[in-house]
Amino acid sequence: MTQLALVIDLNVCVGCHACVTSCKEWNTSGWAGPMVDQNPYDGSPTGTFFNRVQTFEVGVFPNTETVHFPKSCLHCEEPPCVPVCPTGASHKRADNGIVLVDYDKCIGCKYCAWACPYGARELDEQQKVMKKCTLCIDRITDATLSDRDRQPACVLACPTSARLYGDVHDPDSEVSVAIRERGGYQLMPEWGTKPANHYLPRQKNRMYISPDELTRVDNPLRKEDLTTYTGEETLDDVAW
Amino acid sequence: MHPAFSVIFLTTLLGAGQGLFLAMFTGQLYAIARFLPVQEDQFYALGSLIALLLLVIGLGASFFHLGRPERAWRSAAMWRTSWLSREVIILPVLMALVFAYSVAHLMHWTTPWFSIAEVLGVDATLLLGLLGTIASFALFVSTAMIYASVKFLEEWHSAFTVFNFTFLGLASGFTLAAAYSAYIGNPLVSFFGTWAVVLTLAALLSRGAHLMRNARLKHKSTVQTAIGVRHTAVVQKAQGAMGGSFNTREFFHGRSPETVRLVRNTFLVLVFPIPILLIVAAYLIESTTLPVLAFVIQYLGLIAERWYFFAEAKHPQNLYYQSIS
Repeated sequence: MTQLALVIDLNVCVGCHACVTSCKEWNTSGWAGPMVDQNPYDGSPTGTFFNRVQTFEVGVFPNTETVHFPKSCLHCEEPPCVPVCPTGASHKRADNGIVLVDYDKCIGCKYCAWACPYGARELDEQQKVMKKCTLCIDRITDATLSDRDRQPACVLACPTSARLYGDVHDPDSEVSVAIRERGGYQLMPEWGTKPANHYLPRQKNRMYISPDELTRVDNPLRKEDLTTYTGEETLDDVAW
Repeated sequence: MHPAFSVIFLTTLLGAGQGLFLAMFTGQLYAIARFLPVQEDQFYALGSLIALLLLVIGLGASFFHLGRPERAWRSAAMWRTSWLSREVIILPVLMALVFAYSVAHLMHWTTPWFSIAEVLGVDATLLLGLLGTIASFALFVSTAMIYASVKFLEEWHSAFTVFNFTFLGLASGFTLAAAYSAYIGNPLVSFFGTWAVVLTLAALLSRGAHLMRNARLKHKSTVQTAIGVRHTAVVQKAQGAMGGSFNTREFFHGRSPETVRLVRNTFLVLVFPIPILLIVAAYLIESTTLPVLAFVIQYLGLIAERWYFFAEAKHPQNLYYQSIS
């Protein structure tokens, strides 16, 4: 059985939000739209997104790393949002494993959002129905598109190729190989939801910072020089 | 979680309605067993009509929780998997049974159809009351399981949730039955009052144990399991949006820890000791107004209790929405 999914490489995601904007652009005008923003120019803007890039700082200064973390619906193999839906609007497609919401059946009770530990579902404030990532179901099932274009909008937009897309049940697919060979993992494995989307861990980078690297030696304006200046000749005093 | 007043009123009003109906039927059963004097049919009929009114208002409140209330009829479809569907089915069944029970009493349909062991004459009211009792308990379980079945809302994922919904509903219903009896000058007020005190004490035991369990709760998910980075120091710097979102509004109550503690202490006082003291005082001085006051205060306390129930639950998705910047 096919299970389509995204595999996101945290090594190369630079947090540019190209996936966020291309997702919004494609889906707001497509099958799942509109995805309206409220108060876009006011103090408290809000709106519906299928995909967000969040940023985490790992470690303590100066040994920190910034992790840009794109998150959308993970299309779980055991989706907790599906059995709780009282109308059957929330469902998992049998042919490709994508979890979808039937917007004509959804009553907006928010129970599926409560039942998702990942916060992947957002209620559309205009249509009052639950929305979430569709893996661009209208693109990937459109046989009139070329093979290159039959991919989710976020995958096509990613400038660093941090997003891989394919069938995680096919052992020879690009995503399965990446998961197998590069230690792909799932989010919150403790809940048994078996997310189809995987993440590729950051590779180990060892960094040694010697104290004098934190202050520039060649520091003509002494901007970062916290030591006491004792009057010796500096670059400033050189007559050119 | 963000406490929605539609759901707070839904769960508390349904609980009081089910409890009042069960109180009426308990009174009838005791009368059949000759432990209590038999009441006029009108007493049971009016009591169960009040219960029906509470159920109707509760159902009305539930619509305010829906984004698309005009499609609410669809929500009975998935009864095989969804406790919400099961609640949606059992509630109208219970309403019909409570209504029929009331009508059967009003119409004096009390001629026995057949008798068991030649002592217990089974009439329409007894059968309807029995079916209504089953439906009431099924509804208590369904309503509570909507919350108790979400396993990663660990504050809710406990048998205590089911016990609390049941005992608190029964306690408020029997207190209301005592208030109703006192108001119309019926002698059953001390019978309902005694049961109200017993059930309130049972609810106190269950809710107290639930509070203690949740105070010791250690959450399974951490920011490390949420993003899969195994480092002891992980701090969120941005959540992918400059303002709020559905996720920041729906899953956090937005109140300070002091306010949440204040609500907890308020409900612990309003739901348990004050109604018990008022009912005991009403028994001693034979007051007809104190039981009414007891119900009003206990119901206000139950609103605070349900608010705290929601506010206390910490959803793991909040790990992804900790810092806006």
